[in-house]
Amino acid sequence: MDKAELDRAFSELYRAHLRDVYSYAYYRVGDHHDAEDLTEQTFLQAYRHFERALAESDGRPLRPWLIRIAHNLAANHYRDRSRRPQTHLDDADVLRTTHTTEDLAEGRDELRRILAGVTELPDDRREALVMRFALGMDNREIARAMGRSDGATKVLIHRAIKQLEEIVRTQGATA
Amino acid sequence: MTEQPGHLPDIEALLRRALQPVEPPADLGARLESRLSTITDMAAEELEGWELSAMRDPREWPTIPRAAAAAAIGTAAGAGLVVLRVRAGHRKRRRNAGDPLELVEDTLRAAVDETRKLLDR
Repeated sequence: MDKAELDRAFSELYRAHLRDVYSYAYYRVGDHHDAEDLTEQTFLQAYRHFERALAESDGRPLRPWLIRIAHNLAANHYRDRSRRPQTHLDDADVLRTTHTTEDLAEGRDELRRILAGVTELPDDRREALVMRFALGMDNREIARAMGRSDGATKVLIHRAIKQLEEIVRTQGATA
Repeated sequence: MTEQPGHLPDIEALLRRALQPVEPPADLGARLESRLSTITDMAAEELEGWELSAMRDPREWPTIPRAAAAAAIGTAAGAGLVVLRVRAGHRKRRRNAGDPLELVEDTLRAAVDETRKLLDR
């Protein structure tokens, strides 16, 4: 593949998955500014290694590879700076960003409880749910993005949902 | 089917509603494309500037692949591709070259060609 073809392929990848990477970044870091930075860094890194990734992908979708880059960058960012996301997913700003007014009118409290529950999950469970429900990735894609087996990913998602149910139920009982 | 007390009605549907995809800001795409181009342009300028000075000073000739790498690593993405290709080519050329001056000239030419290819996007 020559340089022009490679660049065309990268443009297609970028246009197809900008929203996926941004959504993942937003749910990972919780605010627009950091999500934009993370998205930019992800695509710059992806561009640098695109040729090799394309050769090694053997025709498989590259979305998991992109999300894995974003995941690693975010993990390094928080490890290096010893800091955690400051915004919680159930904050009013986040809810306004991710939902229509109609959605909010119908069930703001319900959505807030779910998002608050998601925030309480361990990182790997939370990320798996974001990939499944916000990005619409299937088990195999999530497994590749997280560097796990398909079976382990299925179990991870199942446990994440069970734990979330438990958290939300407890919240409901104490509210 | 009877619902158990306290059981949540279809938690997956609730999750689907709660975790909506987030639209990136409208200008993010344009900004990112412009940033990639800028990086590529900067790398091209650095390479061209360095090329002229290196050509004038024979003491610089043996450092050509290293200098190209430093310029590109400093500026990242687009330039990284230039350097990886130039360095790979340099290794091949070194194996085949009889004359060191010819090797230097070939490597310089490859660096400029790769940069132009990037700029021709």
